[in-house]
Amino acid sequence: MNRLLIKGGRVIDPASGIDGLFDVYAVGGKIAAVKPNLSTPAPDSQSDGWNIIDATGLIVCSGFIDMHTHLREPGYEYKETIKTGTMAAAAGGFTSIACMANTNPVNDNASVARYILKKAAEEGAVNVFPVGAISKELKGETLAEIGELKDSGCVALSDDGRPIVNSGFMRLAMEYAKLFNFLIISHCEDTGLAPDGVMNEGFISTKLGLRGIPNAKEDIMVARDIALAELTGGRLHIAHISTKGAVELVRNAKQRGLLNISAEAAPHHFTLTDEAVMGYNTNAKMNPPLRAKTDIDAIKIGLKDGTIDAIATDHAPQNIDEKDVEFDKAANGIIGLETALPLSLRLVDEGVVSLNTLVEKLSANPAKILGLSTKGSLANGKDADITIVDLNMEWVVDVKKLKSKSKNTPFNGWRMKGMASKTIVAGKVVYEG
Amino acid sequence: MKKKSIIDAKGIERAFTRIAHEIIEKNKGIEDIIILGIPTRGVHIAKRLRDILKSIENINLPVGSLDATLYRDDIGMKHDQPILKETDIPVPIDNKKVIIVDDVLFTGRTIRAAMNVIMDFGRPSSIHLAVLIDRGHRELPIRPDYVGKNVPTSIQETVKVHLKETDGVDEVVVEAENEA
Amino acid sequence: MRLKRKDILTIEDLGRDEIELILSTAESFKEVSDREIKKVPTLRGRTIINLFYEASTRTRTSFEIAAKRMSADAINISASSSSAVKGETLKDTAKNLEAMSPDCIVLRHPSSGTPQILSRLLRCSVINAGDGTHEHPSQALLDLLTVKQRLGKIQGLKIAIIGDILHSRVARSNIYGFAKLGAEVNIAGPPTMMPCEIEKTGCRAFNRIEDAIKDADVIMMLRIQLERQKTGLFPTAREYSQLFGLDSKKLEYAKKNVVILHPGPVNRGIEISSDVADGKYSLILEQVKNGVAVRMALFYLLMGGARE
Repeated sequence: MNRLLIKGGRVIDPASGIDGLFDVYAVGGKIAAVKPNLSTPAPDSQSDGWNIIDATGLIVCSGFIDMHTHLREPGYEYKETIKTGTMAAAAGGFTSIACMANTNPVNDNASVARYILKKAAEEGAVNVFPVGAISKELKGETLAEIGELKDSGCVALSDDGRPIVNSGFMRLAMEYAKLFNFLIISHCEDTGLAPDGVMNEGFISTKLGLRGIPNAKEDIMVARDIALAELTGGRLHIAHISTKGAVELVRNAKQRGLLNISAEAAPHHFTLTDEAVMGYNTNAKMNPPLRAKTDIDAIKIGLKDGTIDAIATDHAPQNIDEKDVEFDKAANGIIGLETALPLSLRLVDEGVVSLNTLVEKLSANPAKILGLSTKGSLANGKDADITIVDLNMEWVVDVKKLKSKSKNTPFNGWRMKGMASKTIVAGKVVYEG
Repeated sequence: MKKKSIIDAKGIERAFTRIAHEIIEKNKGIEDIIILGIPTRGVHIAKRLRDILKSIENINLPVGSLDATLYRDDIGMKHDQPILKETDIPVPIDNKKVIIVDDVLFTGRTIRAAMNVIMDFGRPSSIHLAVLIDRGHRELPIRPDYVGKNVPTSIQETVKVHLKETDGVDEVVVEAENEA
Repeated sequence: MRLKRKDILTIEDLGRDEIELILSTAESFKEVSDREIKKVPTLRGRTIINLFYEASTRTRTSFEIAAKRMSADAINISASSSSAVKGETLKDTAKNLEAMSPDCIVLRHPSSGTPQILSRLLRCSVINAGDGTHEHPSQALLDLLTVKQRLGKIQGLKIAIIGDILHSRVARSNIYGFAKLGAEVNIAGPPTMMPCEIEKTGCRAFNRIEDAIKDADVIMMLRIQLERQKTGLFPTAREYSQLFGLDSKKLEYAKKNVVILHPGPVNRGIEISSDVADGKYSLILEQVKNGVAVRMALFYLLMGGARE
């Protein structure tokens, strides 16, 4: 029986309303006690499966959960594998990740979901929760075997990477998913609008001669999906919100009492504007694209007032050969697991959110939205998934040192403050900074 | 910097007059001659020679400008690209007697380049070279046909020709770095 | 004075003094094209690769003639004959070309920004011969030279650029170029062909051609690509021509001695009527001639000095 004692840290667990200097005690991978000054076992008993961690000066919180990761396995192991992706997650302080279905083959049936879970159990550093596809092969035409996906362990449904173009089909998906109380994570994009866009539409796109993607492309789809969630009563989660308009639509929906709607934002969408694309930097190319300052501000307000429930990375590894090409031919996406925490901590420094709120958006809320009832909290009996954070650690991002198999990040060389000091999954340390 | 004036305005005038007479003598008259100056001062000297020749022979010779920059052999070796100057050859040069005019003859490389320019424009019956100063240190087998003055110099010295048109005064100066 | 840069990628990042240096150098080179032997030995032993991923007769020929008049060895590689069709990436192509030690690569590419990306990968000079819908610097330079020669100056002139601004690299380069040299630049075109926040580049945007060309000294008519009609950017060529085509009637809004530029090839009767295209105002052929001089100047200024 493994026993874990974390002493002297500031424990932040918004789910159980704890914020203070406590010791955390876990037995057999479950939280057993969060109390001040728990007694340290006698030195001679320490060999018997005891692990004692001194967390003085550090933050101890329920393990972070990334609702939006692309692990790429099966099919694109040259970009990322379950092994490397979960190592990156651990290094970023994430104890659980939900991986998107756009693998090859697509995770639209039980065998793929089981394969992912089996691989994750064998090689994964952290917990992996597959997200099943809404439609077969992500084509947006016929429903995937949603019941079977539920049985095999999928925690949500999403065609992420592609929008569901047909409103009629989206309605059916939301209605059918209700049968299993399945969450639908929607990648919102009106494909008919600016179909050849490769970056945010604005002065920078004009200057660079690149086709723009207007905010309306996202806003239209967010509005549609909210209307469909209202119509069907299905559970809708808006993925990687990037525009002011989308934030306002979600806020408005929540204010109208639609409790079946939630939303996430990615760190790059509240950190960088489209100016990062200058010089045709393909590591600043993603979908949805980096937007304007006004959008960043709106996302921050959305995080502050609770419109946006979660911070999710949209970790999207791409091989260098897919990035080191002409801008309009370059693949979308950036890796995010290992930079999400320090970028999010900037929000605390700027006074946008409190540390408590940040932990909520990185842990408690994703657990709630995904229905992971044993996670996202340090209450007694919950899984001992714990992230210990050193708020003051200063470091410089060096892609060569990142655990992810791909190196596509616009943050290479950035000075960061704060990192995971230890990442603990089921009472075992899986990463030490 | 040590400066020494070696020819004054009178001296320059006398040199041009003598060169003009030598041109007439050597060519047995001045029909068919074109004078091409190398910018900037060579062009002004060419014009002065034309005026003197006109006053003697009463023939107005065509004068042109011949920039040899594009034919230089040190393109791509100097840090800065040389500034281009005007090339204006006013009449066809085939079967004409071309006289190249420059202020100072030094290594001979500019004159080599200038002759190549001329060859690309046509086939003159002859090419002569007139310079105000020959300061020696030739690196190519080139010699002037008409010289205002031979000025033996050391390689560290600089010879500067000042002309009224460009510098407000007619004078030739030798400059040398001060001895340590 | 020296052009202290390895590459010519955009007009946007050229300074006014750099543009003026290029123009004055180009003026000196015009004379070379009038010689009996239209060739100078200046760039002997230098290798220039014209790497064209898009069809172009005018620009490619102009660069090729310019290179040859400077005695450089010019090699043309077009996408159809290159490895691009075999799936070789731009990066690999670039590295392979570099192994042949060229001094300069002239790149025409359908993707915006490719010259910038290539220039970061290569030690040799890169000249942008048109990238996507971004810039076409040598075209703007030859337009500037043409106007300067005809009207004696750029400062204070009123320029109108008319047509599909959204898809036009010529428009972007010219807006920057004329604005940097002190001209007032107006643009006009259908709102479907106006890029977002274009006025921030230093011009004024109008919807009606009549407003844009009022009292203009120079009118530049952009080529309208008829395939844009399919994507609905304008209803028909006929309607486009009525609204935005330049004919002698609309021309009355401009100054009496207005000059007309067109980057070519002209869609006669659509963006410009034949009587205007062939009229006394048109500098279209002068533009072609100046194109060679400008490109000779670019080669000279990039390769005439020593390598760093």
